Amino acid sequence: MAAVKLLGAWLSPYNCRVICALKLKGIAYEYMEEDLLNKSPLLLQYNPVHKKIPVLVHGGRSICESAVILRYIDETWPENPLLPADPYERAVALFWIKFADDTTSSIAMMYLTTVEEQEKATKECSDMLETIEEHGLIEGKKFFRGDEINMVDIAFCSVAHWVGVIEEVTGLKAFEPHKFPKLNSWILNFKSVPVIKESLPDTETMLDFFKGRREMVLASKSS
Amino acid sequence: MEGGVVLLDFWPSMFGMRVRIALAEKEIKYEYIEQDLRNKSDLLLQMNPVHKKIPVLVHNGKPICESLVQVQYIDEVWKNQAPLLPADPYKRATARFWADFVDKKMYDSGSRVWKTKGEEQEAAKKEFIGNLKLLEGELGDNLYFGGDGFGYVDVALVPFYCWFYAYEQCGNFSIEAECPKLIAWAKRCMQKESVAKSLADPEKVYGFLLQLKKAYGIE
Repeated sequence: MAAVKLLGAWLSPYNCRVICALKLKGIAYEYMEEDLLNKSPLLLQYNPVHKKIPVLVHGGRSICESAVILRYIDETWPENPLLPADPYERAVALFWIKFADDTTSSIAMMYLTTVEEQEKATKECSDMLETIEEHGLIEGKKFFRGDEINMVDIAFCSVAHWVGVIEEVTGLKAFEPHKFPKLNSWILNFKSVPVIKESLPDTETMLDFFKGRREMVLASKSS
Repeated sequence: MEGGVVLLDFWPSMFGMRVRIALAEKEIKYEYIEQDLRNKSDLLLQMNPVHKKIPVLVHNGKPICESLVQVQYIDEVWKNQAPLLPADPYKRATARFWADFVDKKMYDSGSRVWKTKGEEQEAAKKEFIGNLKLLEGELGDNLYFGGDGFGYVDVALVPFYCWFYAYEQCGNFSIEAECPKLIAWAKRCMQKESVAKSLADPEKVYGFLLQLKKAYGIE
């Protein structure tokens, strides 16, 4: 079995997606933490187009973009499939994974923006959560459209884990459990899966890190 | 609509064209319903409640949204003809990566070419050509992005070709002068009936873009 390496950054939800998938499939891998302010020659070699993490390296060949990596993992190690077998259900899952790709950056925007822009950023994040609640989650299903954890759940790990941390750091509120009951259940279900618990970064460490980042953002914007 | 294939689309949309090409490659009969995006139909809002956008593919009464998801769906369901994605997982990952690159970079950088003027436009042109050059690098000496055969990345990218004339007119530059290999590839694709009949006429696209500029208040 060819060696698997993951170039990542612990604070990134995109990196976390890949870790969740590797662990759910029981795939052994070597993890290499990247300093995003001082990118390694290896990262620049393996992802010359975007120069971003995560990058999966399998048998010396690199795969970039977390959504592409997730599908590669699922197709190369087909046991415990992370996508439905039915083509229509698979298309719906892929739609939601793209939605996660396109809209979850609104979470980071909440701590990256100035005080004036924060209201707009919070609303965008809240609108995203409302869409998931109304159109994405099915009443009575433990996970996204199913009773088994799958690729869509993994794609939304930032909603499950990063939103809470960013809210605490900024004092802003995008997620109200009573307004989003299905989402609330889903978050509890997702975070109670043992492999997921192992894959998510530690909350205290995240709080420290994002508090520091928030201070830097405010300092740079006020000068 | 039961058992049938319906495409909700808008004639100048590069994203809609991707789906038209895939359907043509697989020789699938379908009903094309032109949408008025300034006055969205109840059908469109019902079939794509999340984004309210075209294209929407409806198969057996069930909607699929997002053009690349639609192309992958068509490739999987009608798998016995004209395969668009390769079988090997690593080659599939490479194809998905470059289709994703087209999605992330081409529409935005192209839009900035016609929406801006002066220095901003020069920067937009530079970025747009830079993206095309990266794609040229990936194409290499192959006939298509899919290798010897027309494939997924070709489908994702070739619709932008019918917008090049409009971009060139607005930006006063020649894409062929900067990226001759890419234009050669596009012309090769246009030899295929599925592509030729799916792409809009570049003059008509330019006319549409001029109307759009007026609507945006850009001269």
